[in-house]
Amino acid sequence: MKYFRNLIISIILVLATLFLANKYLDSYLVMILSNIGIFIILAVSYNLINGVTGQFSLEPNGFVAIGAYVTALLLLSNDEKTMQFMLSDPSPLILWMHSSFIPALLISGIVASLIALTLAFPVFRVRGDYLAIVTLGFGFIIRIFAINQDSYTNGSMGLSNIPNEANLISIGVFALISVIVVLNIVYSKYGRAMKAIRDDEDATNAMGINTFKIKTIAFMTSAFFEGIGGGLMASLLTTISPEQFSFMLTFQLLIIIVLGGLGSTTGAIIATFLVLGGMEALRFLDEPNFFTNTAHPGLRMVVFSLLLILIMIFARKGLFGDREIWDKKWFNFKM
Amino acid sequence: MIQQILNALSLGSMYALIAIGYTMVYGVLRLINFAHGDIMMVGAFLAFTTYSVTSSFSLAVLVAIIGASITGMLTYKIAYKPLLDKNAPKISLLITAIGVSFFLENLFNMLYGGVPQAFNYPSIFDKEIHILGAVTNFASIFIAIFTIIVLISVLIFLNKTKYGKAIKAIAFDFYTVKLMGINVDFLILLVFLIGSALASLGGIFYAISYPSIDPLMGVLVGLKAFAAAVLGGIGSVAGAAIGGFILGFSEIFIVAYFPEFAGYKDAIAFFFLIFILLFKPTGIMGIDFERSRF
Repeated sequence: MKYFRNLIISIILVLATLFLANKYLDSYLVMILSNIGIFIILAVSYNLINGVTGQFSLEPNGFVAIGAYVTALLLLSNDEKTMQFMLSDPSPLILWMHSSFIPALLISGIVASLIALTLAFPVFRVRGDYLAIVTLGFGFIIRIFAINQDSYTNGSMGLSNIPNEANLISIGVFALISVIVVLNIVYSKYGRAMKAIRDDEDATNAMGINTFKIKTIAFMTSAFFEGIGGGLMASLLTTISPEQFSFMLTFQLLIIIVLGGLGSTTGAIIATFLVLGGMEALRFLDEPNFFTNTAHPGLRMVVFSLLLILIMIFARKGLFGDREIWDKKWFNFKM
Repeated sequence: MIQQILNALSLGSMYALIAIGYTMVYGVLRLINFAHGDIMMVGAFLAFTTYSVTSSFSLAVLVAIIGASITGMLTYKIAYKPLLDKNAPKISLLITAIGVSFFLENLFNMLYGGVPQAFNYPSIFDKEIHILGAVTNFASIFIAIFTIIVLISVLIFLNKTKYGKAIKAIAFDFYTVKLMGINVDFLILLVFLIGSALASLGGIFYAISYPSIDPLMGVLVGLKAFAAAVLGGIGSVAGAAIGGFILGFSEIFIVAYFPEFAGYKDAIAFFFLIFILLFKPTGIMGIDFERSRF
């Protein structure tokens, strides 16, 4: 009962905050908060495969791209599609695709998780690091396809005028759903199996757990929410292009989950606020400042990559380790 | 046809040179060194700067090799070694490697700007050469021959000298080698030195064949070279070379004979990778990567 009481109280609190923020904050802050909401969805789901299951994967940009394209193509009207597709005519499939906002997001998530299922077969057959390189390559392949398949994606021109159906409230609700679903997985029998795989895969196997199945479930769940996050992103920004979903996106998410502590869902949420807020706050580094007279575009990213290396070397556990905020011992600064 | 073969040889030798670094580091540390592609970029940029300052190409190559080797050894000393000493889980090492890779890319992005820059090289590389009725330039023949000489010397070094044998021993059993009183740290540094030197050569060859360089050039080439290393059997130096040449040949011939797939050229490496993981995860040389050796 205590669980349901806490759950309902926190849902009401989050929704109330969202309504207030949507009503009283200016549009710049609402935009930043919406962006943070999308990144919470992405970070929490990315943390499931990377932190909880301990399988180092670099997939988010690929699945986010898939989600964004599927949602965009489902939401655009036929007239818009024929008008925008300049390089070649849209294929019949593209013209046939149509749905309203919520089904479009769900379809994006399902498409992404089905692709994750097909990737799981080559990748989880072998141990360890190959997942990283295959998923990194997967992001490149998605981009190559997005650029070359003119009749499906409009090539490097991208898609624009996507109906803006996502706002802070809908993003917040989806973020809430994804956090609740992921936490429920983490505390279920599957979640315990995932943590066991992270700690010792051989022992988990020996206990009679089908590690391939558990890893695939984690990967597919992760891809599902990344697809939804991509759809929300497409609808929020109203334009998408292949270049938008570069490895940079994955790198930001990686910093977030490492800073929050690999395996900590609440840590990922807090780190999303810290990193995205920090990215906004550190904009001054790219401009001419007190120390250097000339502008250094890119200095911000140098600082962030150094931050990632330093966290890994000196504070490998991040803010929370693999604990949650409600666990007894809060911060973990042990090295 | 002969011209295509020569092009494929020079492209393949570039992949082979870079793949060797991946395979050797994987052999001793069981780590995919994501920063390796960026070491190649560092080499190309150092050569670019030195050549435009001193206009001596051999000096440029020397500076590139030394600079890239130092960068490679520093990444090990600063980023990987502290984690290895703490017995950190492998995922931490991989994340650090990604961090190093991103750091190098952004550092050079900041120093040189993100726009591709034209790479100047001595005009001798452009000289036309006629072989068996085909016309090609001096660069592709030079690159192919030079790479083969380098590959053979690396193989001789690994198989015949004391140091090479010690490196093979580390790949076989890290802890026992330590117990035998061999300076493991020095040998790992040696591996990073050889790998980075070869990668910087690969970077210079890349810059000569596609005369432009940019801070992100190492990412895609590095990934493809890793795919080549897996194709050949990761952990095996000869396998990495074979994988590199196979990849080079398939890219050139697909573009030459199936021009409609030219846009997908960059995806070939990953299809190879997924295919090999599905059907023969040990690669062509058949090396079991749980107990890999050179």
